[in-house]
Amino acid sequence: MHQLTFPLSPDDIRGLKVGDPVRLTGVMLTGRDAAHKWMIDTFIKKSRSPAGDDVQIEQAIRPLLAGGAIYHCGPVVGGLDTREYRFLAAGPTTSIREEPYQADVMRHFHVRAVIGKGGMGPKTLAACGEVPGVYLHAIGGAATLIAQTVTRVLGVHKLDFGVPEAMWVIEVKDFPAVVTMDAHGKSLHAEIEARSAERLAQWVDAPSGP
Amino acid sequence: MADLSGALLELIRLTSTDLPGDVEQALHRARTGEAPGSAAAGALDSILENVALAREKSSPICQDTGTPLFYVRHPAGWSTRELRDQIRQAVAAATKKAHLRPNAVDSLSGKNSGNNLGDEAFPTIHFEEADGDDLTVELILKGGGCENVGAQYSLPDDRLKAGRDLEGVRRVTLDAVHRAQGQGCAPGILGVAIGGDRGSSYAASKEVLLRPLDDVHPQAELAEFEARVLQEGNQLGIGPMGFGGETTLLGVKATDLHRLPASFFVSVSYMCWACRRRRMVVHGDDVRYA
Repeated sequence: MHQLTFPLSPDDIRGLKVGDPVRLTGVMLTGRDAAHKWMIDTFIKKSRSPAGDDVQIEQAIRPLLAGGAIYHCGPVVGGLDTREYRFLAAGPTTSIREEPYQADVMRHFHVRAVIGKGGMGPKTLAACGEVPGVYLHAIGGAATLIAQTVTRVLGVHKLDFGVPEAMWVIEVKDFPAVVTMDAHGKSLHAEIEARSAERLAQWVDAPSGP
Repeated sequence: MADLSGALLELIRLTSTDLPGDVEQALHRARTGEAPGSAAAGALDSILENVALAREKSSPICQDTGTPLFYVRHPAGWSTRELRDQIRQAVAAATKKAHLRPNAVDSLSGKNSGNNLGDEAFPTIHFEEADGDDLTVELILKGGGCENVGAQYSLPDDRLKAGRDLEGVRRVTLDAVHRAQGQGCAPGILGVAIGGDRGSSYAASKEVLLRPLDDVHPQAELAEFEARVLQEGNQLGIGPMGFGGETTLLGVKATDLHRLPASFFVSVSYMCWACRRRRMVVHGDDVRYA
């Protein structure tokens, strides 16, 4: 078991291999579809100009992301009326939707850990080697269990994206995940995909299946 | 007509926070089939711990409380308009109580309505008049991760050498399992509809997910199809969360619909392991949940 505390160093990352269980402690940020598109459009590809509080938020999240983690998660949040926010259910969402954006976001903000479920593709795997970074798989659907590791909600950015899509700043203690893509070019997802494709191909090529 | 919004709120709470017994038992069985110390076994341990904790704390099993899909069978003479209003009230109340995450997003503006009420199709409500005096409301909460890996095939499919017969249906269904990998939160449950038009086919592939895992299809050839795809789906080795392992599917439920001579659709709806479905039966003043 690797106990990791943010910010993560390149050595922390290089010491991780596919299959390693980890426990994360420190402050991290949630971000999913709307957040990734916003980062890319506004600060990386610059296809739109910053407006409203964009620049202020970018400055606030930059130090959190450098050596930090981005968690693909759209939580159920209590205390929305009083702004005394609590994470009630906070499992990972499917990461592959961020594949077009993730590598650029990792490079731009020096993100060292991407947390989600289902794994990601070759662009993200390449960025894991460069930054260096890792993809950490949390257990999909284990939302109440994972929410127990969120000790405090420190703030929220872009709540106008909606509760699931907002960027929540959370403090976690012993957040559980497994390394499924490492900085050494290995992806558990690519392996399982190839193995199951081989099995399927055998059946499809057989005249009436196995 | 009685105000059932309170009873409907309890139906939603129960569905979101308490996994049906047959699904939980299937997860326990899956756990015993995985190698001790494997990532698959670890994933199932976390899943089972989460299920118990969610029930105890009355907290959502999964943060993606999905699209609420209601199936209502009502006696003759009931107002479906009033029932729709009561269901919508209950959905908004359940969102306020954090049994549901606000999930209804305007597709053009991107704005989240904040209370899970969107247009007429959000939440989705199916009404059907039924014999007798009882009102039955079934609810499925189907999250986006598993919804996104659903697939529809048009047979024949040359790539998969799938013709217009059950063997062809088997091939495309296994292809859907392969393509989903762990992204629909495996181990999943497949709803498979054979035939229909594109719309009716997808709708039927979801409704069939209401069937309990341990029932057997009354038609022998579909019973055999379900058992075979379940076994072969598990042999793909995708495993819980796509970590590799013995259990990729917890169940396969199929149904067939008449089709046009020109069309042969196969629709596969993938339900995640967090298969949240519950039923409420109202008989006079008596309300029962199952």
